[in-house]
Amino acid sequence: MSKPTIIVVGNGMVGYKFCEKLVARSANYNIIVFGEEPRRAYDRVHLSEYFAGKSAEDLSLSSVSWYADNNITLHLDDPIQEINRTSKTVHSLKGLNLKYDYLVLATGSSAFVPDIPGIEKEGVFVYRTIEDLDLIKAYASNAKRGAVMGGGLLGLEAAKALIDLGISETHVIEFAPRLMPRQIDSAGSAMLQSKLNQLGLNIHLNKSTAYIAGEHKVDALKFNDDTSLTIDMLVISAGIRPRDELAKLAGLHTGSRGGIIVNEKMQTSDESIFAIGECALHENMIYGLVAPGYEMADVVVSQLIGAEKSFHGFDMSTKLKLIGVDVASFGDAFVTEPDCRTIIFEDTHKGVYKRINISNDGKYLLGGILIGEADAYNMLLQTVNNKIILPPNPEDLILGSRGESASEGAGVLSLPDDALICSCEAVTKVAICDAVNDGCTTVDGIKKCTKAGTGCGGCVPLVKDLIAGIMKANGQYIKNVVCEHFDYSRQELYDLVKINKLKSYDLVLDHFGKGDGCEVCKPAVASILSSLWNDVIVKQDTIQDSNDRFLANIQKGGTYSVVPRVPGGEITADKLIVLGQVAKKYGLYTKITGGQRIDLFGAHLNDLPLIWEELIDAGFESGHAYGKALRTVKSCVGSTWCRFGLHDSVSFAIEIEDRYKGIRAPHKIKGGVSGCIRECAEAQSKDFGVIATEKGWNLYVCGNGGSKPQHAQLLASDIDKDTLVKYLDRFLMFYIKTADPLTRTATWLNKMEGGLSYLKNVVINDSLGIGASLEEEMQTLINSYHCEWKEVVNSPELRKRFAHFINAPEEKDPTVQFEPMREQLKAKW
Amino acid sequence: METLVDIKWVMACYSDDVPENGGACVKHGDEQIAIYNFSRRGEWFATQNLCPHKQQMVLSRGMIGSTGEACEPKVACPFHKKTFSLLTGECLSGEEFQIKTYPVKVQDGRVYIGVA
Repeated sequence: MSKPTIIVVGNGMVGYKFCEKLVARSANYNIIVFGEEPRRAYDRVHLSEYFAGKSAEDLSLSSVSWYADNNITLHLDDPIQEINRTSKTVHSLKGLNLKYDYLVLATGSSAFVPDIPGIEKEGVFVYRTIEDLDLIKAYASNAKRGAVMGGGLLGLEAAKALIDLGISETHVIEFAPRLMPRQIDSAGSAMLQSKLNQLGLNIHLNKSTAYIAGEHKVDALKFNDDTSLTIDMLVISAGIRPRDELAKLAGLHTGSRGGIIVNEKMQTSDESIFAIGECALHENMIYGLVAPGYEMADVVVSQLIGAEKSFHGFDMSTKLKLIGVDVASFGDAFVTEPDCRTIIFEDTHKGVYKRINISNDGKYLLGGILIGEADAYNMLLQTVNNKIILPPNPEDLILGSRGESASEGAGVLSLPDDALICSCEAVTKVAICDAVNDGCTTVDGIKKCTKAGTGCGGCVPLVKDLIAGIMKANGQYIKNVVCEHFDYSRQELYDLVKINKLKSYDLVLDHFGKGDGCEVCKPAVASILSSLWNDVIVKQDTIQDSNDRFLANIQKGGTYSVVPRVPGGEITADKLIVLGQVAKKYGLYTKITGGQRIDLFGAHLNDLPLIWEELIDAGFESGHAYGKALRTVKSCVGSTWCRFGLHDSVSFAIEIEDRYKGIRAPHKIKGGVSGCIRECAEAQSKDFGVIATEKGWNLYVCGNGGSKPQHAQLLASDIDKDTLVKYLDRFLMFYIKTADPLTRTATWLNKMEGGLSYLKNVVINDSLGIGASLEEEMQTLINSYHCEWKEVVNSPELRKRFAHFINAPEEKDPTVQFEPMREQLKAKW
Repeated sequence: METLVDIKWVMACYSDDVPENGGACVKHGDEQIAIYNFSRRGEWFATQNLCPHKQQMVLSRGMIGSTGEACEPKVACPFHKKTFSLLTGECLSGEEFQIKTYPVKVQDGRVYIGVA
């Protein structure tokens, strides 16, 4: 007997999830999928990341071969045009006629476009698919002013996309008197609005648009209150419309305001046709979030394999980061007195608003809203969903317990077993606990074996806490070791090496390790030795990482790049000339770096000592661009030239760079000094950033650019230079001593128990009583500074190591080839 | 029956040319061969100098070490840290690469490589 056929109409997130769930639980169906878009199902929730650099393929939910691997026939770019319910067949645009036993409609929704005169003009877009995004992207390159119609969740996402596209003036137009009217209240909206204003977004509430002006293309929006707004482009995000036209055509029952009517089994008025996701209307509700769509998919899969499961509405709680601002809404967010009691916390200084609604008897949490800080969201949501009895002072839930150090034993372990931790994949606490007890002790492992955290990812922090909590409860110590050769964390190894005064890798391995070492522990120990004793690292060259071994950055083709130190980015004309002459003589490609210095690329290994000899003669020093060490302290020009500058940022940057140069750390360290709040040195994107104020300097720490950018946080404000240097000494030394290998300061702080307040206590209040010793250790490192390249240039023994062929030291690597590019050279390979 | 191939021993360098627990590159005609002085184990190894992953002439500049219960000696390419067994040339980072290995002997402070 042949397998029954299921045809899935729609290849969006929910349609895909349906297929995934079905093939995981049954092989008894022949599955055929029709998609209207030309691509495989992609992650629409994170669509705005497309503008932030992700490709369409990155957003894809499955690999190219996934459908074929699971015996699913996929027809893309071929929408179903008609359903014949009598013959149980569907007819596609490209002319396919196929018979089904069951039909699953996952047609999703389209953007709701209000009927406003001028809406058809050029420069008006919707925000829904990757194709929409491509159109917006192309048009945005010539636009200066953009507006988004709709201040809901998607509208604000779209506004962020416009900012990411470089639109210099972005407006949000909302018809209602507040932002995100479905999720947050007026006070929350006001707080969100002020935060978004600070970020450069212009918000207009209570605005109804009369018409869109312009010849062929949009020029301006005209409002009913006779005001207008000049714009170059408009993105409509005024809500969604369920795609129910196919169902209507087939005579299925639909709602008067759209949506295919379904029962609790997701069956439409035809029992062999199901509807799931945003096109389905259940009890007069359209669910415009992905988690309820996944739940609906699960309900249909359960019917098909003969299991009992039905849909009973879905919690619409949500937490998201909108343009960098946390926003969360959970449970019954809008219930008011006298039906409940409300606790509100508002801090207009930091831009934080929190509201919780509790039952009149004070026992249960009903719902709430969090703006500006939503760390408590997961626990609060669990407290609502599991009807957990509230503590005597429920305000602690949003304020944290103040005064006594009581951590009242609540937390994630106190949740009931059936508490839903991951609502996207419907994974309960007990499922995660079982997985951990079976030996799955990493987040990636939990993702693989339970699928928790693979949807929106919002529950990942909760999953982490659960793993740590269970392991701790089981008496398992979460050991963070360097590699198979050392059973110690970096911090433990650092202390052991220090106490035992070990100065070479071999001694460390003999005392505390096993085996012969490897490419993980060698550079880690090399870094520790260097941070402790600051010897010339090339004396132990074979334990150094690729770049440190030859004191230069290895590049494509096996050549190296050379970066001399230019403290604070200040350089004389004479020195610039020398750089040019050296580059010319050795045929080097030159480029200005992001850290305000000059990189010379394409140097043969043999030439490195010769190049450096000339640079050192001209007064240059090593820039440590190859090391996990202080790189640059970037500066703006400051009060010496700039009419806005408050203090001399260049001099201070040079002073700091010279102070910490050559110091090795678990990862690279970058700094910046800005002469005023305009922040031209981008100091807040550095491991440490200094910004001049009227009264002194502000010190920010633990920021970074790179793949996961993070802003530095304020450690101390309005302090004088000496205090700042003292704090910086303590901060850097504390980082050097305690961070894991290859961990930047931002990640180090993110993992630190107690976070920034703990760090402040250590650095400013000296809560560990180690302030003086940190300063002393830092001073020892500063005093032992040496230019590594000078050591090499002056030592014939060390120079000898910079040869490609040991048996023909004068010969260069013949496989290194260059080709011309824009009047310079590049590596050919 | 085993086939005996005549190994030709070529003097590559002096033993103190190669850094302890590290490698160096030797020119043999048009060939580049990486020699490793694994002094911690008192052993010498030789492989091709080309890393097959991105076709870079750099293996001699990689860090050496060992892995697993059996302490299999390995070298890590300085570019992307693909590791290769110094005994068999097999890629240990889970990819289908294979590098050439050569026998090495040291006599009177001279290092010889066996080429077929």
